[in-house]
Amino acid sequence: METRDENLSAMCRPAVGEAGRTGDWRDATPVIDYTKCIASLKNRPACYLCWLYCPEGVVIAGVPVQIDLDYCKGCGICAEECPAKAITMVLQKEAKP
Amino acid sequence: MSAVQILTGNQAAATAVKLCDVQVISAYPITPSTSLTEMLAEWIEKGELKAEYVRVESEHSVMTVCVSASSVGARVFTSTSSHGLLYMHEQLHWAAGSRLPIVTCVINRGVGAPWSIFNDQQDSISQRDTGWIQIYCRDNQEILDSVIQAYRIAEEVYCPVMVCYDGFVLSHTMMPVEIPEAEKVKNFLPPYKPHTILSPEEPLNINPVILPTQRRDAQGVLRDGYMEFRWKLQHALEGSRDVIVEVNRQFADLFGRDHGGMLWGYRTDDAEVYLVGIGSLATEATMAADMLREEGIHAGVVGIRVYRPFPREEIRNVLKNAPAIVIFEKDISYGYEGALSADVKAALYGTGISAPVHNYIAGLGGRDVKAAELAEAVRSSLAAVAGGVMERQTWLNCVTE
Repeated sequence: METRDENLSAMCRPAVGEAGRTGDWRDATPVIDYTKCIASLKNRPACYLCWLYCPEGVVIAGVPVQIDLDYCKGCGICAEECPAKAITMVLQKEAKP
Repeated sequence: MSAVQILTGNQAAATAVKLCDVQVISAYPITPSTSLTEMLAEWIEKGELKAEYVRVESEHSVMTVCVSASSVGARVFTSTSSHGLLYMHEQLHWAAGSRLPIVTCVINRGVGAPWSIFNDQQDSISQRDTGWIQIYCRDNQEILDSVIQAYRIAEEVYCPVMVCYDGFVLSHTMMPVEIPEAEKVKNFLPPYKPHTILSPEEPLNINPVILPTQRRDAQGVLRDGYMEFRWKLQHALEGSRDVIVEVNRQFADLFGRDHGGMLWGYRTDDAEVYLVGIGSLATEATMAADMLREEGIHAGVVGIRVYRPFPREEIRNVLKNAPAIVIFEKDISYGYEGALSADVKAALYGTGISAPVHNYIAGLGGRDVKAAELAEAVRSSLAAVAGGVMERQTWLNCVTE
């Protein structure tokens, strides 16, 4: 039998994923077109406005730019802010894993 | 050496707080609780009480300070009345849900609109569903003793406790009060051990968002969902009855004063009518019972000392042979009846006790209640009971037509 939660009140250790895989909440998934993404085109760290604006901190500012879909809630702010229009929000059921 | 002093209810409460070595006090002044915290502030200022006094801008913040300080392991205290308590309401739930043994004196006062600074118990009775234990006191000695007991109870069951007493009637009335020796109180009340130690070495998310169902945390441990925590609180309050009774017994052994645990009775053995009440109104009822007995009516009194958890079994036991029950209370659950009356009836349900229960709403907003008026109410109820009236709600001493 599993040990019972001994805590009298709600608490947990801070850790990545402590609130669950919040990517589950997502309706629309950001899909990056690397032929338009400025960092990929220049092949060096550049722009990263998606990383700056992401309220969840799930954009990984590398080359290429990546998004941690385990925690991306699909708000679409990155797509809105991208100056190169490189990010498209695709409905979850149509997005490829 | 214990010593007897002439103290107001507020002074008695402050004296108890000092004896309990409280470490953090936060309060916002409101009549009639103000003089309690003024006294504590003065002692801290003079260095007679080694505690932190946190001044804030509202009662809501008072309770957040208490919650925070208690979370990091301090023994905390506050007191308030009426609108101050109502302003705390949200944080009262937060304190109980966090299972913090905070002790708060509630100096009972009526609630506006319209404004009243005078006594009734609408303020604390309307907080009965916040998950706090509620103790009501009869006199100033019981206030001092109950504050000390409250910390023992709270720190054993990890639930916050309100020690309630009537504004002005007790808070500003002087009575002889025996002050126990500090060493004896220290022996009775061991230092507070928090259920969780919060420290920079062991960081914790306290009260994060809880989903409806149980959930595995990042370490893989299955954590309780919202309902499990609600059940734990309910279970703790139900279970606190035994602790309250035991703490009262130990206190009586050590200090020689027995306040009755969950409830107390007065001349109940052969009673043909039971007067039931809370706090100083119940004390008044003992005088009414004496008057009635002088004229041959065998009246007894049941004083509810602890209102939450409700003394279900004790009520059933004391009222099992009651021919008639008359409940006096200084509160009203609008659109129904007095809260105590409803709770007493609920406790009797299914036990085979089918005594008539008459409910008197009395003394709201400081309206005077004399023992003779309570006695007259009982006479009137007994006449109605003889005529077959099983249930009745009457507003005592109030123009209703």
